[in-house]
Amino acid sequence: MPLDRSTVRNIAFLARIRVPEEDLKRLAGELSNIIGWVEQLAEVDTDGVEPMTSVVKMTLPQRPDEVTDGAYPERILANAPEQMSGYFAVPKVIE
Amino acid sequence: MTDSLTELTIVQARDGLAAREFSSEELTRAHLNAIEAARDLNLFITETPDLALERARAADARHAKDAAAGPMDGIPIAVKDLFCTEGVLTTAGSHILDGFTPTYESTVTANLRDTGAVMVGKTNLDEFAMGSANVTSYYGPAKNPWNAGDGKNRVPGGSSGGSAAAVAAHLCSASIGTDTGGSIRQPAAFCGIVGLKPTYGRCSRWGIIAFASSLDQAGPLTRSVGDAAIMLGIMAGHDAKDSTSAPVEKPDFEAALGGGVRGLKVGIPREYRIQGAPDEIEALWQQGIEWLKDAGAEPVDITLPHTKYALPTYYIVGPAEASSNLARYDGVRYGLRVPGETLDEMYENTRGQGFGAEVRRRVLIGTYALSAGYYDAYYVKAQKVRTLIAHDFKTAFETVDLILTPTAPSAAFVIGEKMDDPIAMYLNDIFTVPASLAGLPGISVPAGLNPEGLPLGLHLIGRPFDEETVLRAAEALETAAGFNTRPAYLKDA
Repeated sequence: MPLDRSTVRNIAFLARIRVPEEDLKRLAGELSNIIGWVEQLAEVDTDGVEPMTSVVKMTLPQRPDEVTDGAYPERILANAPEQMSGYFAVPKVIE
Repeated sequence: MTDSLTELTIVQARDGLAAREFSSEELTRAHLNAIEAARDLNLFITETPDLALERARAADARHAKDAAAGPMDGIPIAVKDLFCTEGVLTTAGSHILDGFTPTYESTVTANLRDTGAVMVGKTNLDEFAMGSANVTSYYGPAKNPWNAGDGKNRVPGGSSGGSAAAVAAHLCSASIGTDTGGSIRQPAAFCGIVGLKPTYGRCSRWGIIAFASSLDQAGPLTRSVGDAAIMLGIMAGHDAKDSTSAPVEKPDFEAALGGGVRGLKVGIPREYRIQGAPDEIEALWQQGIEWLKDAGAEPVDITLPHTKYALPTYYIVGPAEASSNLARYDGVRYGLRVPGETLDEMYENTRGQGFGAEVRRRVLIGTYALSAGYYDAYYVKAQKVRTLIAHDFKTAFETVDLILTPTAPSAAFVIGEKMDDPIAMYLNDIFTVPASLAGLPGISVPAGLNPEGLPLGLHLIGRPFDEETVLRAAEALETAAGFNTRPAYLKDA
């Protein structure tokens, strides 16, 4: 199904990627080509087939629920573009 | 002496260091000089000469006491700039990770560091490993040291393009890369070297910047099959910090070599004979079959019926996982921040400017495939087809021990080609993606040259966690092919 400009605008918003209005048309064309190409999967009979969840047969390991790491806030914050009083700082959020 | 030190394989360097024919500092300096002289190839995003010399001297101190920390103690390696390295800029080839300097070390690079390998720098790659030509890097395209003498620069392949080209150009004894749909094997083929993607779960993914978590796997890029075996032995192993790291025994991969292929059944999948591939690809494949037959293996025609659906499946599963993984780049905790009036605007501005065109395309495709109303039609459908693709391999491996295919449908192309057609670019991985979707080990071995004098690779796929058989057969191909041509770049130097 070809994607139109408003669909691309909506996905770009969901993905929080700013796409200039003048790029929407070109991007809609590119994405439609890719989606059109992957739609050949529809011709494969997958009735009764389980979707893959893991390529390697293994159950997720469990461990005791104990704190094994942490207590180094300065390392966590080391790459922050902006920090304040030991926290990551972001623009003011007012609901 | 300096020149000849950059010629050495890991095996030769290890023996030379043990016999004190040269020091790690000499070996490292020779490579650092070569890196400096080859900056026009744009293979490194960050060079780490001071760190390298410090580690080389520490290695020399251990060798002086006959107390080498491992088989690669003192040997210079390059690291794809997708592995987090403590105190060293890590970019993933993306603008959005501007200035990111990890405070921790990935498990795979820690395994190499702790056994003495000397990191000489971080190599160029496609942005977030999304690409097959190393042309999507924010830091500009990497160039292949191989050319056809026509004055045009070839791509090194991708996404581990810098890592592959650095090994081919003798800027390091070996390097490491990651492979999601062919990102180790295809650049290895384009650069005339060996590239091994281990079984999914063999190497820890902890500290590797994630692209598609159900597919990503680290592996070595080397100038010989023996070197790949040694390096995998250091990189691999269970890691509690990666819940998908397999709790399996780590065999002695090097000991598996020399076994030959006598009696092995090698599957030749008919679906890999694709229309439109150049004649030399088919010819090399036939040659590979003959080589294995002459070495005592038995070729068996097999069918992998869902092969043609592997790429479209990959281009749903990969982007879906990428859109989720790359959600973390929000300008809050690390890397680039582009201001905005509101928090949402800051996210949008940061991600809009921070991601390049191909990454943006894949995140949007993934977001679409996972969005309400399309999830079943695209994502669940693709995961069902993926089950069928894995089942094809499982059935084939009931009768054969290995599968032989070409690595890529062409030799290295000119930088700038295929840029305006994403799907043409995606077709580069047509022979490598199916094994990735099934989590299987695969290796590319340099096997010949095309009529233009550019290298071509043969690709072996093995059973899960049977890298030993893959390496044995790769060694047989390596011996038969006797590939010892050097890239034009080295001849010109």
